Amino acid sequence: MTRPHDMGGRFGDGPVQPEPEDVKFHADWHARAMALTVAAGATGLWSIDDSRRARESLAPKDYAAFAYYEKWIAGLADLLVEKGAASVDEMSGAVAPARATEGRVLMAPQVAPALAKGAPADRPSEIAQAFQPGDSVVTRRAAGNTLVKGGHTRLPLYAAGVQGEVLRYHGTHVLPDANAHGFGDRAEPLYAVAFRAGDLWAHPEHPEDSVVVDLWQSYLSPAR
Amino acid sequence: MDLRASPRQFANMPHDSHDHPHSLLPSDPELRVKALETLLVAKGLVDPAALDEIIETYSHKIGPANGATVVARAWTDPAFLQALRDDATEAVREMGFFGRQGEHIVAVENSAETHNMVVCTLCSCYPWPLLGIPPGWYKSDAYRARAVREPRAVLKEFGVTLPETTAVRVWDSTAEVRYLVIPERPAGTEGLDAAALAALVSRDAMIGTALVAAP
Repeated sequence: MTRPHDMGGRFGDGPVQPEPEDVKFHADWHARAMALTVAAGATGLWSIDDSRRARESLAPKDYAAFAYYEKWIAGLADLLVEKGAASVDEMSGAVAPARATEGRVLMAPQVAPALAKGAPADRPSEIAQAFQPGDSVVTRRAAGNTLVKGGHTRLPLYAAGVQGEVLRYHGTHVLPDANAHGFGDRAEPLYAVAFRAGDLWAHPEHPEDSVVVDLWQSYLSPAR
Repeated sequence: MDLRASPRQFANMPHDSHDHPHSLLPSDPELRVKALETLLVAKGLVDPAALDEIIETYSHKIGPANGATVVARAWTDPAFLQALRDDATEAVREMGFFGRQGEHIVAVENSAETHNMVVCTLCSCYPWPLLGIPPGWYKSDAYRARAVREPRAVLKEFGVTLPETTAVRVWDSTAEVRYLVIPERPAGTEGLDAAALAALVSRDAMIGTALVAAP
């Protein structure tokens, strides 16, 4: 019930390699890939949840082999076809590209205002807040999307079926499990839930350490 | 799967075919990006000058200096610190820091009791308006996999050893909430103004993989 992006807690990845702050990109094409993804996202033809879902839907062997921005580009290409913004023949170069008939175009002078505007994810919701900070909750035993088999979800596998404590209430936010699959916002209450390291890991480093995960209300049940 | 059929066959993902459309592009990533840019420009969906502007923005205009200004102000202005605790999104918006990948901000304060550290295990969520684009290590499998399970071991790789009396709290950014770590103000900096203090605050300190040292 998981995909290759869901790697929290995994063993075998080796050391983290810190790097100086002035390193922004390791290659020019990385910068181009980032910018292309941001600009294409501004067409409004898909949501950020679609983008994440497209990247994590790469075959595990591709996900593992691709560099970070390679995953972005692959996800972007797949989304363009999925959303009907480009055809496979245009993608392969078999036919000349036709002018797009839908989608906004982000022009250079609009970049700064568009980036400054962002895309807030809070929405009104009819679903009442069920938990308060301090409440004990349990996450779903199975970390999968309940609407779509193998679909997008934001409950990491390592935090599935675990008891934790609500730390903060964030308001009502778009539910990625629905929005990533064209089912609309389905906004619901979102919480920061704290888990004790000893409840997550076989060999916790320290008894007082914890991990906090942002989780939607439908991922949670009251603890007995 | 016949890729020449209607694009609608790609609706309602996931599709676990190996014939993803991206495989139609050149395999070399540099050429793949170029091919996709050429396609999107030809279709009239992307303005190449906008790409230059986006790169310029995140190379030179939006970066950790923004977050450092917030931290230094939190250290020196008690009313601002309170505003940050009450509603960090609004508090930093008033300083001009709002936007893409920073629409919902929560500031988490380090203390002798608690050290905060931020990760996104599922992708690479990061407070762009405050810190710019994430560093390579933040997006690496090693950091994403290990920060939640063994944060102290990861911190050692950054040269940070925390006392046993400090608990580590790791924030996994699984939603659109973005976390900014407010590091502890180093002792001996009482005489410094906000600008001098901001210069001490590194990007890594605001992710929680570094401490702030006195000058």
